Amino acid sequence: MSPPLSRTRRRLLAGGAVLLVLAGALTWAVWPDDPGYRTQDARIAVRSGPGGDESVELDTRLFLPDGASATDKVPAVLLAHGFGGTKESTYSDAEELAGIGYAVLTWTARGFGRSGGQIHLDNPDYEVRDAQRLVDWLAARPEIRTDAPGDPRVGVVGSSYGGGLALMLAGQDQRIDAAVPMATWNDLAGAFLPESTGQGAVDGVFKKTWAGLFFGNGAGAGLGALGDAVAGGGAPDLGALVGADPACGRFAADVCAAYQRIATTGRADQAAVDLLRRSSPATVLDRIKAPTLLVQGTADTLFPLSEADANARGIAATGTPVRVAWFTGGHDGGDGPQSDRDRIKFLMAQWLDHYVKGTGPAPADSFTWSRITGFNALDRGVVTSGYSDPAYPGLGGTQTSTVTVTGPAQTVANPPAGNPAAISSLPGAGGGLSSFVNGVVTDLPGQHARFTSTPLDRPLDIVGAPTVRIRAASPTGEAVLFVKLYDVDPAGVATLSSGLVAPVRLTGLPAEISAAQPVSVTLPAIVHRVEAGHTLRIAVATSDQAFATPAQPAVYTVAVPDDATAVTLPTVPGEPIASPQVIWRYVLVGLLVAIAVGLVVVVLVVRRRRGRHDTSVHPEYADLPLRVDGLRKVYGDFVAVDRVDFEVRRGQVVGLLGPNGAGKTTTLRVLMGMTKPTAGQVHVFGHPLVPGSPVLSRIGALVEGPGFLPHLSGLANLRAYWAATGRPEEDAQMERALEIAGLGESVHRRVKTYSHGMRQRLAIAQAMLGLPELLVLDEPTDGLDPPQIAEMRRVLRRYATDGRAVLVSSHLLAEVEQTCTHVVVVNKGGIVASGPVDEIVGESPSVQIEVSDAGAAAGVLGRLAGVRSVAVDGDPRQLVVDTNGTARSEVVAELVRAGIGVERVVPRRRLEDAFLALVGESSSGSGDR
Amino acid sequence: MTDLRAGAAANYRAARTLPIRAEWRRQWSRARTRWALGLMFLLPLIILVAFQFDNGGDDNGGGEFGSLIDMATSGGLNFTLFCLYVSATFLLVVAVALFCGDTVASEAQWGSLRYLLAVPVPRARLVAVKLIVALGYSGLALLTLAGTALAVGTARYGWEPLRSTVANEIAPGPGLVRLLGILGYLAVVLLVVAGLAFLLSVSTDAPLGAVGGAVLLWILSSILDQITALGAVRNLLPTHYSTAWLGLLSTPAQYDDIVKGAISAVVYATLFWSLAFWRFTRKDVTS
Repeated sequence: MSPPLSRTRRRLLAGGAVLLVLAGALTWAVWPDDPGYRTQDARIAVRSGPGGDESVELDTRLFLPDGASATDKVPAVLLAHGFGGTKESTYSDAEELAGIGYAVLTWTARGFGRSGGQIHLDNPDYEVRDAQRLVDWLAARPEIRTDAPGDPRVGVVGSSYGGGLALMLAGQDQRIDAAVPMATWNDLAGAFLPESTGQGAVDGVFKKTWAGLFFGNGAGAGLGALGDAVAGGGAPDLGALVGADPACGRFAADVCAAYQRIATTGRADQAAVDLLRRSSPATVLDRIKAPTLLVQGTADTLFPLSEADANARGIAATGTPVRVAWFTGGHDGGDGPQSDRDRIKFLMAQWLDHYVKGTGPAPADSFTWSRITGFNALDRGVVTSGYSDPAYPGLGGTQTSTVTVTGPAQTVANPPAGNPAAISSLPGAGGGLSSFVNGVVTDLPGQHARFTSTPLDRPLDIVGAPTVRIRAASPTGEAVLFVKLYDVDPAGVATLSSGLVAPVRLTGLPAEISAAQPVSVTLPAIVHRVEAGHTLRIAVATSDQAFATPAQPAVYTVAVPDDATAVTLPTVPGEPIASPQVIWRYVLVGLLVAIAVGLVVVVLVVRRRRGRHDTSVHPEYADLPLRVDGLRKVYGDFVAVDRVDFEVRRGQVVGLLGPNGAGKTTTLRVLMGMTKPTAGQVHVFGHPLVPGSPVLSRIGALVEGPGFLPHLSGLANLRAYWAATGRPEEDAQMERALEIAGLGESVHRRVKTYSHGMRQRLAIAQAMLGLPELLVLDEPTDGLDPPQIAEMRRVLRRYATDGRAVLVSSHLLAEVEQTCTHVVVVNKGGIVASGPVDEIVGESPSVQIEVSDAGAAAGVLGRLAGVRSVAVDGDPRQLVVDTNGTARSEVVAELVRAGIGVERVVPRRRLEDAFLALVGESSSGSGDR
Repeated sequence: MTDLRAGAAANYRAARTLPIRAEWRRQWSRARTRWALGLMFLLPLIILVAFQFDNGGDDNGGGEFGSLIDMATSGGLNFTLFCLYVSATFLLVVAVALFCGDTVASEAQWGSLRYLLAVPVPRARLVAVKLIVALGYSGLALLTLAGTALAVGTARYGWEPLRSTVANEIAPGPGLVRLLGILGYLAVVLLVVAGLAFLLSVSTDAPLGAVGGAVLLWILSSILDQITALGAVRNLLPTHYSTAWLGLLSTPAQYDDIVKGAISAVVYATLFWSLAFWRFTRKDVTS
């Protein structure tokens, strides 16, 4: 049963179309968009230095949005990169800013990449002055909007090293209209030499790992660039690079010397602190008039939240608009999850649009932050929830809670040369999960003291810097300690939020703990939720891998005042920022509702359509088991059945006779509702028949061979079939059907073990289940042996009593002749003859005669009165004679009298005439139907 | 309301043909149904026995969620989670594809489909009943797997909190609720497989083609999902959110991807089933 070719072609076409659409969608998705901007690379020579007379070339790139011109000027943004980067590191940020209509000038800071000069750490005379010259350059560009000649409309954006530059530039150059410094410092000395009891950087604890990473980055970048330049055939300032010092790389000599002094001793001197302070926004905050959006990361052990807090307070003190936003990234946490990135991008665009471009409403002062609320299973990142509060509360929170931690005085050892050391963070692991993975955080036995609270009875949202008071005693009068706040879950797993620790250097300590005075330690600012049932732990450790500690071994005693002290925990209730993701929940609900409504609508429409369906009974055909009118079925361009009309009356056994491929099976398929006719109607007991018509339940069928579940027995198959009709079991007349099947004990065997004939008999039995009023059997005797065929004939004849009717298809003339009361002969999709078998099979006026000499015989018969025609078959001894009423005996007598030998006289019948003529014409059939 | 019995045989009601019970028995009589369910029952037992040979040796890797494997023996809930984790990506997909892809196509192959249509079982009803029963067996397979795993896991490793390294441990009660949530989400994601397999099932009379086709397309989608260069296109892949249920192990539970995954699955399943209905109610049954 192969489908007609055109159908295959149609499927191929449909499949091809689907593929094309998919390929198109894919191409559209990955095809690069029109960027919406153009770039210009330029090397700009600027004059900076204390005297403004030291020339250096900067490697720059200007992004100009499409449409920017002298008549259609655009505002500008200076976009500074982080330490160790180049103008390439900010490419994607520049693209985004250019995409929202800013001319973006990116450049490689002096001392990095292909820019000339040395690294002065955002020194006001060098890097900051370089940036001022770039502002001059922007002002001279015709496409850039200006406030006054030489004063472009410009904002400055940067992260880390670039953020420091942004603040310094805003303080030094009043032409800056807005600044967005991110993850940057307030006091570089304080950032690298922190001290959490409020002492200055000279007494700070050196953050050696971060400092080393930075120094290595700057020095290495210089040497690396040298290699690149040599390999690449020469950067313009190759001479300057060749002179690079392997100890200092491209660091300026004073910066290098200061680093070497601090790193060698682990202590800072005043000169080094002064040098670092020159590079600190802290010195210029009171001069910043540009509205500033401060973005700081909570996962940042290099520039923690306290740096942004100091900047915010300093700038706000002069009345300049300041907004603070925290995100769950930073030098340890990277860019943070998508939700945070989106929030920060939105805040930045809003800030720049209002203060630089001059569009959009004034941004609110509200403080926004986010907290890690879990892991994302798909991209293995963290998931955060955003919160906001109307005003920035600082690190003290809007409210405070206290939790008491208790513990006796404990002795702790300072390891010689700081080794082995506790690990709290992994500086430089960058962007990974280093600070979230609890397993990394270790406190070494004997090197730390613990003070623990009782389990919390309610959850606590810490937003800000907790404080705690401790006491310490040291035989040397001095101690470097690291104070940490752990969240300990009921299973004992301790979490150190973002790996942040508070280093303290205590001096003038007594040797005995009883004489020690409490000191207040400000712990790092964190955003952390402590669940109910968890405990808080204050750990005081003597070593930390990230910091330089005294080399001499010593044993300190650590205690809290009165063996129990309150930890003050700032909290900010905050309003949750609705995550845009929440919208998907509504989408889901909407979708489910839409599907439910759609389903109801479809059901209603189908019912209604069915209601409109013609259920009236055709009055003339009401008592006719089957009436077929003008049936036509076309598969593609192949006409399987054409102009078929016939009827089956009660009590009749009608045979549908035709050669293979005459259209019998197609006709039966239409009768069974498996195939829709192209044209014509079928009425069963007057009801129009369409696929699934209820009236089909009055028809029992065997079409195209048996179809059984092979793993079930014959009996189980009949039962399963009857169960599918949903009719009561007693209606089935199972016994009678089994009797007809005559399978005996085999009825309990699996159908897959049956012979062809057994299946056929079972299929006939199935068709007779429930004694349907019309039985339709397709080649019922196929596979049966002669006695069974004879039996089947009797069964069918008997079946067609009591008002029932049977329609049998067959390609065997004898079959139809012996079984049927009526016959319909079909060929090539059309009806050739129909009527009662007796009538059709009845004797024909023609007779076939075999004679010794056909020619002579024809002559004799031609003279015979009444004989209308004589035909000579192919065989010279065969004659077909239409006697036209003349008795056959007379015809024979006449021939014999004429001396012609008569071998055989065979009466011909109409049915045979018709049928053999058809088969003779085209025994090859007209295709498989 | 029309008389849907117009001209029908006595006691024939279109809405009563092919009762769900009859179809359920029809499918239950098949060896493959019982084998598939039996495998779901045996798998946790096999895993349990395999763990008895564990010498606690090498690290399984797998990132943040690799610990699921290490923690499989920490309690009944974790054991169940492990069984789901290892079977969700393939075994359950095959089982669902089997139940939904085989159901119509095998009837067509045997030739029994035309006799069901001649009963007549209305085509829409035939499709609906077949689908409901196939989904029922799919759900039963999922529940058998989870139920057996929970029973034997709890018997062997105890009624312990649900543990993972991505979150604090979750007490057994809420842990069970999370587990049920995971089962629910898995069921929703597998609707896509069910939809695809069923669409293929009504389109072909080769059961193997329908089952294999659905599994192959699912694997193809998984492979495409690994190619990050496809970017946002991957979000449209039916398998993209198939592991979002891991978010339920987080504290607090992460629903965003689950919601998106559910949307994706519901859209795909609705699309496939609609196509299947549309196709089957119109096509000429030639086999």
